[in-house]
Amino acid sequence: MAGKIGVYFDMQNIGGGLDIEALASQTREKWGELVQVVKVCPVLACTVDEIKADIASRQLDGVLLCGASPRAEADVYRLPVQVEYVNLREQCVLSYKNPDGSPPDFAAGPPEALSIMARDYVNMGVVKLQKSENPDSAAVSGVERILVIGGGWTGLTAAAEAAATGCEVVLLEKADTLGGAARNIPMASPLAPFWTDKQPTNLSEKISAVTGNSKITVYLNARMEKLQGQPGEFKAGIITSDGTVNVDVGAVVLATGWTPLDEKYLAPMGLGRGPNVLDAAQFGKMLVAGNITASRIAFVLDITMAEEAAREAAGAMADKADAESGEGADKFVKEDLENIRHLAYSNAVNSVAALRLADTVCDKTNDAAQVFILYKDMTVPGILERFYKRMQDRPGIMMTKADVTEIRESGDNMLVVCKNTLLGMDFDLEVDLVVLPTGMVPITAKDVVVQFDYRQGPDFPDLQLFDGFADSNYICFPYETRRTGVYAAGCVRQPMTMDGCEEDAKGAVLKAVQCIASASRGIAVHPRSGDASYPVFNFVRCTQCKRCTEECPFGALDDDEKGTPKPNPARCRRCGTCFGACPERVVSFADYNIDQIGSMIREVVVPKDFKKEGPRILILACENDAYPALDMAGMRHRAWNPFVRIIPVRCLGSVNAIWVSDAMSKGFDGVMLLGCKYGDDYQCHFVKGSEICARRKENIAETLNRLGVQPERVEQLEVAIDEYDRVPDLIDGFVGRIIAMGPNPFKGM
Amino acid sequence: MSNAILVVGGGFAGITAAIEAAELGHDVFIVEKSPWLGGRVAQLNKYFPKLCPPSCGLEIQFQRIRKNPRVKFFTQAEITALSGCKGDYTVKVRLNPRRTAPHNVDFSLLASSLTGKTDNEFDFGLSMRKGLYKSMPFAFPGRYVLDTKTLSKSDAARVAGIRFLETAEEPREIVLNMGAVVVATGWKPYDVTRLTNLGAGAIKNCISNMQMERLASASGPTGGRIVRPSDNRAPNSVAFVQCAGSRDQNHLNYCSYICCMATLKQCLYLAEQNPNVKITVYYIDLRAPGRYVNVLEKVRAEPNVSFVKGKVADAGQAAGDRVTLTVEDAVRGEKLTLHYDLAVLATGMQPSLAGENPPLPLPMDEDGFIAGGEAAGIFAAGCARMPLDVTRSAQSGTAAALKAVQTVKGR
Repeated sequence: MAGKIGVYFDMQNIGGGLDIEALASQTREKWGELVQVVKVCPVLACTVDEIKADIASRQLDGVLLCGASPRAEADVYRLPVQVEYVNLREQCVLSYKNPDGSPPDFAAGPPEALSIMARDYVNMGVVKLQKSENPDSAAVSGVERILVIGGGWTGLTAAAEAAATGCEVVLLEKADTLGGAARNIPMASPLAPFWTDKQPTNLSEKISAVTGNSKITVYLNARMEKLQGQPGEFKAGIITSDGTVNVDVGAVVLATGWTPLDEKYLAPMGLGRGPNVLDAAQFGKMLVAGNITASRIAFVLDITMAEEAAREAAGAMADKADAESGEGADKFVKEDLENIRHLAYSNAVNSVAALRLADTVCDKTNDAAQVFILYKDMTVPGILERFYKRMQDRPGIMMTKADVTEIRESGDNMLVVCKNTLLGMDFDLEVDLVVLPTGMVPITAKDVVVQFDYRQGPDFPDLQLFDGFADSNYICFPYETRRTGVYAAGCVRQPMTMDGCEEDAKGAVLKAVQCIASASRGIAVHPRSGDASYPVFNFVRCTQCKRCTEECPFGALDDDEKGTPKPNPARCRRCGTCFGACPERVVSFADYNIDQIGSMIREVVVPKDFKKEGPRILILACENDAYPALDMAGMRHRAWNPFVRIIPVRCLGSVNAIWVSDAMSKGFDGVMLLGCKYGDDYQCHFVKGSEICARRKENIAETLNRLGVQPERVEQLEVAIDEYDRVPDLIDGFVGRIIAMGPNPFKGM
Repeated sequence: MSNAILVVGGGFAGITAAIEAAELGHDVFIVEKSPWLGGRVAQLNKYFPKLCPPSCGLEIQFQRIRKNPRVKFFTQAEITALSGCKGDYTVKVRLNPRRTAPHNVDFSLLASSLTGKTDNEFDFGLSMRKGLYKSMPFAFPGRYVLDTKTLSKSDAARVAGIRFLETAEEPREIVLNMGAVVVATGWKPYDVTRLTNLGAGAIKNCISNMQMERLASASGPTGGRIVRPSDNRAPNSVAFVQCAGSRDQNHLNYCSYICCMATLKQCLYLAEQNPNVKITVYYIDLRAPGRYVNVLEKVRAEPNVSFVKGKVADAGQAAGDRVTLTVEDAVRGEKLTLHYDLAVLATGMQPSLAGENPPLPLPMDEDGFIAGGEAAGIFAAGCARMPLDVTRSAQSGTAAALKAVQTVKGR
């Protein structure tokens, strides 16, 4: 609890719209002892040393900076005590318009509604700081050992890179040898500049670099029994042929790769019918073994036949009820996510594979072989185009776009029926071997790999969103899964060529090492990286309702048999969804809690006369997307109704229903929940926050109804960060609806 | 000796590399040429495949920088010399003058009152900017730039003596000692004036894909309305010309990775704004790698969009400021001449270092991509290394951060 607060006003950044001296003296009078220093600074950014001196001489434990948005220049104010901001520039003065919608005439003096709003915001800021504490540390020991699951190309790279970064490594491989799918790759696609030639994989060197490294322990024929605990101090149970081994690890790199798509999906193209049709993975394997005798080979990359057959089959199947997701369910059943789409998703890898395999065959037969590549789109994106170009000029390889409509036996040979080619005619191609693409099915689509010993079940949530790939939904943050401390790399994340796998392994290792370092410092990882606060539970009041443990988007909370939550701070991303969920309000963060926001709400002066002095409307705004959008609207001089009061929240998931009740009993006429887009393409930084909030809103509406308050007084609206020109209209629209509804029946009671 | 890391370039790959290394406890210095961080990503309207706004990811990155004292950055800064060796580099950095105070001042009213104008490079010439400017609302750092060259006489008189403007600020040079270097200098759109058969940039209403991003963007010249630059009317027929410069020995000897996906995304922008729009995409191959095929299929299902496999041989001006395209349909073997309200050239990405002579001891290939340097403790990331999309740039920046950290760790 901050007990000695300094309040500083930034003249330069508030402009002429407000009487700052009056605001300062109001603050002094209202808060007395709590606010030890109130200063009006000509330029706040030039006053940092003075603030530091005040902190020392007046023993301040909190500083409130009233001026520009915290987004504007927070890096200027690195102070040794708690700092809060009152956004008087973007979200007050710059976005101000008169209650009747007319633009303000600042020359005629500070508008009354603006002065009232500014006073409310300053008081809310003081209370926020008063109810906030510097968090203590939830640091864990931070074992500098990384568990790499999967000993293929990606896993081997990850193990070596982690060791080179100074970590110990435990590498677990389910087969009896290392190398994975790379063992069946005779020559790799280009792995380095100038990206023109296929390259030897030098797999055995890569393997011996791992097996010969004293920092790396390898377990073959091994799989996970369970992963327990939290980043920095996970306990991994590994089932080996000699029994279960328990190892302490700090973080995990998941590199389990892929398995070929079930042959049945390629049967419509002839796979499984005889020795003359193979998929690329089988062909690679035979090539490595030196068993290829064919001299006319067709690589068919057009997968339309397989896709159409799968579509028909799906249509013929009776409507199947959607399988339940594992999340929160009591009994976990793994849903097999393998499907025909995996073939299409492997398009780029297969296009490149056809090129390198064709090139290898021509090499091995001293150019006696004749190879055809039949494609719909040659998906060789980026720099590997250079390799493609090289292969276009290579004698022995003929490529054309073709719609392959039939593949059938013709004597000992195969006939590939090609339409719409680039040769100006349709033709039937007779070959002695057809090579089909390989569908890469991520192991996570079929197996529960990590075996999380977590309250929310052993598997990753959301896998169905990505057809089983252990991928991130964030374009900017490719390593973020919903299980903190576990970073996926390579083809289990996305189908990728070998150069991509190597790079991906390095990235995942960095994230793993970083996660261990953060856990040992007691701070959060992405997206609130560096945040030292964490949820604290007051178990005395806990009713074991399990809502927090079920709703945590990251599965950070375990529980005991009775349902009492067991927090794991190092798994936590600090979104506050747990305290938004809690009906008993037992969860809090040192610097963000129910009482704090509730007190801020109560600090707003709500006038009794709705008609004369206007309504009051509370906006709980997601600080990640909505808050910046509001800032930018202000910067662009887009104004909104001055009767709203905005309180930023970490995530809409952290909105507790009590805040809405607080607002209603205080006399607010409406509450707007302003958050990000949800659905499959969600933009929530904490995955589920806005979605969970929308669900909870139903309960809130019910409660309001019971109390005789129209449920329409509470609305949730979605806004993206770049919708800054739209957000003032959203606000004004809501205010208009509230004004039409009239005053909150509780007002003044 | 130093265990600090230098990151050259403050685009998505560079800031990712910097932040990831800093959050691991290393001191990082970003040197960025332009006045703000974010690079090309800041100019984009939406990302594929989710069509989410890039400013959302940038906002997270900028917050991470604000919170982390280990990340220091210099904007309007250029490396002028680099000497030494792995673990011990001496780097000279020229800091060009910003001429505004080192804190966040709202100059919006003053800026809009100025009269001098110049082409706005951020909008690729689709708009003009003033002599005191901030290119985008979410600019980071949120500081204006005073470009004295663009000030009119009356502007110069207006800004003279204004507090927080330093019209006489001169360039400075600083020297840093660094242990490892990440080069993330990114890319530039291929110069359309070289595409003589496609009009060399002189045809009205024939724009580049990056110009399309600016047109569609809320912070762009039209507030997000996609219109023809010549008459501000929404186009009813649009052609996309794929591989404008890419996959062409006379221009870029590689595929630019993003253009197919960018076009698919832009088809969705157009269809959303104008349900009657007719779009044709002329392509060699539709490259939607991996799960991006879902976007391709979504766009294929749009009734407004059709795809023709064939190269556009020629572009010209037609009556009504329309664009004439001569196309060879590769499958039917026909030659077509067609008119469109708007044509979009899917121009490729060229590494920023192409044609430059950077003071970095780096091997480069003939296209200007960095091809090595690891042994010297210099690691290329993002599109300085190869054409990539944002996700892969982030991946590449993270990987480069690891190599840089390994280089300086324990020193």
